[in-house]
Amino acid sequence: MISTEAYKTVNEEAVTTWFKAAPVNAFPSNGGTCVQYKGKQIAVFNFSRRNEWYACQNLCPHKMQMILSRGLIGTHQEEPKVACPFHKKSFSLKTGECINGDECSLATYPVKIKDEHVYIGFKE
Amino acid sequence: MKKVVVIGNGMVGYKFCEKLRKIASPEHVSITVFGEEPRLAYDRVHLSEYFSDKNADKLTLAPLEWYRENQIKLHSGKLIAHLDRTAKTVETHDHQVFEYDQLIMATGSSPFVPPIPGTDKKGVFVYRTIEDLDAIISYGSKVKSAAVLGGGLLGLEAAKAMLDLGLKTHVVEFASRLMPRQLDEAASKALQTSIESLGIQIHLNKSTREIAGNGKLDGLYFADNTQLDVDMLVISAGIRPRDELAHLSDLEVGPRGGIVTNEFMQTSDPDIYAIGEAALYQNMIYGLVAPGYDMAEVAAQHILGREEKTFMGSDMSTKLKLIGVDVASFGDPFCENQAHYPIVFEHKSKGIYKRINLSPDGKLLLGGILVGDAEAYNMLLQTMQNGLSLPPDPEDLILGARGGEGSVGQGVENLPEQAQICSCEGITKGAICQSITEGNLNSVQEVKSCTKAGTGCGGCMPMVTDLFHHTLKSMGKRVKKTLCEHFDYSRQELFDLVKINAIKSYDELLDKYGKGDGCEICKPAVASILASIWNELITEQDTIQDTNDRFLANIQKGGTYSVVPRVPGGEITPDKLIVIGQVAKKYDLYTKITGGQRIDLFGAHLHQLPDIWEELIEAGFESGHAYGKSLRTVKSCVGSSWCRYGLHDSVSFALEIENRYKGLRSPHKLKSAVSGCIRECAEAQSKDFGIIATEKGWNLFVCGNGGAKPQHAQLLASDLDNESCIRYIDRFLMFYIKTAEPLTRTSTWLNKLEGGMEYLKDVVVNDCLGIGAQLEEDMKRTLNVYKCEWKEVVNNPELRAKFTHFINSDEPDESIRFERRREQKVPAEWGK
Repeated sequence: MISTEAYKTVNEEAVTTWFKAAPVNAFPSNGGTCVQYKGKQIAVFNFSRRNEWYACQNLCPHKMQMILSRGLIGTHQEEPKVACPFHKKSFSLKTGECINGDECSLATYPVKIKDEHVYIGFKE
Repeated sequence: MKKVVVIGNGMVGYKFCEKLRKIASPEHVSITVFGEEPRLAYDRVHLSEYFSDKNADKLTLAPLEWYRENQIKLHSGKLIAHLDRTAKTVETHDHQVFEYDQLIMATGSSPFVPPIPGTDKKGVFVYRTIEDLDAIISYGSKVKSAAVLGGGLLGLEAAKAMLDLGLKTHVVEFASRLMPRQLDEAASKALQTSIESLGIQIHLNKSTREIAGNGKLDGLYFADNTQLDVDMLVISAGIRPRDELAHLSDLEVGPRGGIVTNEFMQTSDPDIYAIGEAALYQNMIYGLVAPGYDMAEVAAQHILGREEKTFMGSDMSTKLKLIGVDVASFGDPFCENQAHYPIVFEHKSKGIYKRINLSPDGKLLLGGILVGDAEAYNMLLQTMQNGLSLPPDPEDLILGARGGEGSVGQGVENLPEQAQICSCEGITKGAICQSITEGNLNSVQEVKSCTKAGTGCGGCMPMVTDLFHHTLKSMGKRVKKTLCEHFDYSRQELFDLVKINAIKSYDELLDKYGKGDGCEICKPAVASILASIWNELITEQDTIQDTNDRFLANIQKGGTYSVVPRVPGGEITPDKLIVIGQVAKKYDLYTKITGGQRIDLFGAHLHQLPDIWEELIEAGFESGHAYGKSLRTVKSCVGSSWCRYGLHDSVSFALEIENRYKGLRSPHKLKSAVSGCIRECAEAQSKDFGIIATEKGWNLFVCGNGGAKPQHAQLLASDLDNESCIRYIDRFLMFYIKTAEPLTRTSTWLNKLEGGMEYLKDVVVNDCLGIGAQLEEDMKRTLNVYKCEWKEVVNNPELRAKFTHFINSDEPDESIRFERRREQKVPAEWGK
């Protein structure tokens, strides 16, 4: 059974491992794709329009589907967000909070770019 | 601090908490609620919707969060077993004791189960809670037929649910007609005709003597010695107020149940109030939500010592959709005991019946009944409640003004300020308009959240929307339908901007005419506009597409996709059928014939899509665009080449049409059909554009659709030759593509088009705007650049590489799970 247990927000200060995911140019611009790391699925978004990168759990907590990397990204007022393709629940890419006001939220992970590669920060 | 305890966490109990908290802060009044169900308060009015989406959360009125924020102590799953009026305490079933200063009994009602032998048998259910529904669904999946005991409101809703479960359904009613409390004989007949046409059998004048069966029921015996064999029974024979606790505590209860209250909702103990279906006011139980909410308001005010508001009985007017049939009854529907004269309109074959009762001088509306078409309900109710004067020909109220100049002004603008718009929440026109002008509200959604209008049953939303537009207009504001927060333009305006400025990408449009960074609403809408105008490959801007268009397949539960190859006109060779079979077998895909005469292959992993399509394209298939807001299928009957009745070759024409418009992107999906004669086997009159052969050529129908709100297509032009038919379709489709709002089907578009069908004919057939040639030209340019998207992907390694689940691994998503059903795979039920 899939569960949200495996996904816990990691703050940049707490990172112990920077996982080298893939070269920058492998990521679609203004969209997402999914990175596998130790059995976890992490959605990584290249928000090129804002020159920003975000990572969060790929699991949509609404129906427990591994899907968020295929969602459309955008902004709600100034907040960058991703909308789940299944039922359009929207989540803040910065905090992981559900913008539609539901109680579920996402775990987020820090991203850094070094030598044209994308790294995701984990605490393990 | 005052301690208020509420027993019962149903709709009315919840509403009471909301109303009291609004006028009393947590420092002054503490609120404690006990609910015996394990769930949060939920919307019982829309309980039947649970059958279709099985989502209990959707029915929840407020999340736990709300109780926390409002500092309301909620005890779910707790039954109050004892009430001590002297000590002013209540005791739960697990012996916890709570003090109160004021006690609210919002205990609601339970289903009435008539004393018929055998109601304890397996397979007998009531229809009241989500748990009841779960039990019904689970039992219903194992049997073939069901009967509903009771032909009232709730009984008919239950019957619809049984029908949706796929059961042979019967309704057994004791009285001589359906809904005897709301409808007269003729109205019931009209309703019955519509319901029976759906396959539900109605049995009237039946008194059930015994529920038969050994352990579990297998039939019903009636007093007239007839019997009905069924596998399950749902009892919906009315409600009984839950007054046990009141009874035990010696509060005054009515002879047939219900806790007696005064006009402030106080029971015989002035510190105890009763509201909702448990309360008996002037010998009347009010089984609707609106009066319950009124009572909640009155009690909340009175607890704070305010006596201005009293409950004065309530109107039992109601409008609902029963089994797809509009039914409404308002005011005094029968006028049995008052002088009146009725006006009745009846259209038997359409199942329409309308009756209004006028005062003898013809000046006032006293009540009425509507079946089959209740569009006039809101206005009639307002006219009655506000004593508005009637038009010179009162029949116009139900027939509409027929010809002549003097059409009746019955729009929202003519209502008085005190007219009640939302009866669930008791909100007047004045209050709504005031909140719009003073609160500077900019959307119907804001009106809803600020005033709470429309948050109950939702039946008043059309009027709230009209009021919103009307008020904005009167403020001199332009009523504008903008796409979303990123574009201050309507779709039609953006369409023109894209075309005139030759804009080819989303980012370019956003930079020039938008703000912010886009969202899931404007991205696909603009993608659709770009595709309609330029028809460039949508894979070139894949991240502005919804997932279906991004991966050129339809996402399904579990995250796999389905594949639909185009089968133009539904004509397919055995060789191609074999290839579909082979592909499905090789990739273990679930196969199903679609309603549009094609074959849908489900359960493909993302990375398999290009391989699957490579094999299909090799065999001569192309994309069916089932994933796009675009032309789907052109269905056809077999036509004159085989059929002895066929007038023309409908298959060839369907093929020509489908191949012409394939890949055409539009505001919503497009469906079409061609029938070879008036027998209409292709069901062309339910399509966005449908063609039916006549002796002399083709009749072209437009703007029909099936779906949630089916609408018949209407005749645009008759007896056309092939070329004119196509020319008119070109014009019609392009006109629609240019002017419709996003995600609007042709039928909805037509309904909102000023001038309606006559105007559309003028534009398309008579070319009154002189844009016919331009529309044809636009269509030609778009169609000329058609390419099969899948062919492009299959032959392009860079595009192909996008079809993987992980960017850093070739492994498939291992979280995807399947089950087997009837020898094929299906996705595992999704989690919560």
